[in-house]
Amino acid sequence: MAQASQAARRWNQRTIAPWLFLAPGLFMFGVYVLWPIIQSVTLSFYDWNGLYNQDGEFTGTFVGTRNYAELMTDPAFETSLWNNLKWLVLYMLALPIGLFIAIFLNQTVTGIRLYKSLFFFPFVISQVVVGLIFAWFYAPNFGLFYLLTESLTGKGTAILADPDLVTYGIIVAGLWPQIAYVMILYLTGLNNVAPDQIEAARLDGAKGWRMLWYVVLPQLRPATFIAVIVTVIGALRSFDLVSIMTTGGPFGSSRVLSYYMFEMALGEFGFRMGYGAAIAVVLFAIMMIFISGFIWKMWRDEKER
Amino acid sequence: MFPRPIQKSSTAAQWLYAVALPIALLVWLFPLLGVALTSLRPASDLAQGNYFGMPSGIAWENYIFIFTETPIGQYMINSLWVTIPTVIGAVSLSLMTGFALAVYGFRANILVFFMFVAGNFVPFQILMVPVRDMTLQLGMYDTWYGLALFHIAFNTGFCTLFMRNFIKALPYELIEAARVEGVTEWRIFWYIVLPLMRPAIAALSVLVFTFIWNDFFWATVLTQGVDSQPITAGLSSLNGQWIAQWHLVSAGSILAALPPVAMFFLMQKHFIAGLTLGAVK
Repeated sequence: MAQASQAARRWNQRTIAPWLFLAPGLFMFGVYVLWPIIQSVTLSFYDWNGLYNQDGEFTGTFVGTRNYAELMTDPAFETSLWNNLKWLVLYMLALPIGLFIAIFLNQTVTGIRLYKSLFFFPFVISQVVVGLIFAWFYAPNFGLFYLLTESLTGKGTAILADPDLVTYGIIVAGLWPQIAYVMILYLTGLNNVAPDQIEAARLDGAKGWRMLWYVVLPQLRPATFIAVIVTVIGALRSFDLVSIMTTGGPFGSSRVLSYYMFEMALGEFGFRMGYGAAIAVVLFAIMMIFISGFIWKMWRDEKER
Repeated sequence: MFPRPIQKSSTAAQWLYAVALPIALLVWLFPLLGVALTSLRPASDLAQGNYFGMPSGIAWENYIFIFTETPIGQYMINSLWVTIPTVIGAVSLSLMTGFALAVYGFRANILVFFMFVAGNFVPFQILMVPVRDMTLQLGMYDTWYGLALFHIAFNTGFCTLFMRNFIKALPYELIEAARVEGVTEWRIFWYIVLPLMRPAIAALSVLVFTFIWNDFFWATVLTQGVDSQPITAGLSSLNGQWIAQWHLVSAGSILAALPPVAMFFLMQKHFIAGLTLGAVK
């Protein structure tokens, strides 16, 4: 009898314990992440300037889907969406370049460890600093890039002042740390490639590209997967560089969704919280496609275990 | 090993590699080196258009200037005030959530876990308006704790993913054996699992430190003045004042980059273990 009740207590403890351990984390996450998502979605159907009246009541008015309808005809939104697409596509260059550098560095010569960490440097520093570094690099009249284009074509290109080129200029700045991140993922991956398979393939006469494509890359799949995920997220999160390097200019040509949303809700054009929220919801929906893919893959891996 | 070790190649190839390595590194870090050099160049050089030639001297005064004439020191202290509590908070919370999700097989387990993972990837903008509004309402706008509380909550997502996978890889028999002995769940967590978590705690701490130190978006959304703005937001507003004074912008950039770089060099192994998410074993 005493034993039975003890067992019951033990069982009880084991059902309650996980929730006690989860409680603080879940509470914080719920308050600061889950609840705001619901609120933002709701807010996207309102027109609100971010203020409350004297009694502390919400002053927004319900406008249905009008914010979304306005987005459809907003040229700035269209520009941002296109630029986001450019970011997404061009950011993928981080994968082959990162892999290339990883292969280049995957040797055992003296000092290689230091080389690897120095190549990783750009990822460690803040995007604000990266933005300033590249702004200096691109600066008209004396920037190295300007001088380089001047010596090649006879006419310097002030890339951040050119509406057609500015986004590419910022993407290159963003690629710099992103390549470093991908490189470190692949370096770790290459470390774990099964040596016996490589040797076996070598005996069969495989080398160079064929070896890379048929033997090495399949073994690097986990690294590639993580690299794709972090690169997509990085591309869609691009806010810092746009804000630091151009503040969306010239003439709004380098805006991306994340920056345009910020401009609408908190920028100088006034506090259009509902419209900003609608932009954020669109960005969220795009991101959700990739998040679901990631979760789906994780779920499959979990089941296999 | 792939590629074939260079030692097995011809002497010429080995020489070529030895030469190519430093050149590649130089090209790769060229923009950074340029800024580092500019930060030590006297203002008079820049005024005369001497951007890349021999500097007329080493101008430590650029650094002295930004420390004495601008609030950059205060910004760096503000950054520490946000970063350190966030590291402690996020790591502690995720130790518990990670433990709960790794050790107990309750029904909602996988759901809660995926919620943390998914939350970690959402765009910041979907949180921006409500979080800013809530922070204002609670009177925490423009304070270090308002910013730190948000960072703790958001980073719990990523940290939980990491901790949970780490604890899952520990031998489960340890916990079973303790249960047979009648050790309570809390003591299992505290005396058995926690001591084994040191490498994970180290890895996450350096990573979260870097993420938070480098955060710019939330710093702009939740803080405003010199008294609470972290270095990233501070540097951005100083940049607005120092139009084209590149020696100052460069010195400020180098200063802002220094702490995460130092952290990375001191804790390299942990840092990389954290970044690969344990996905690449």
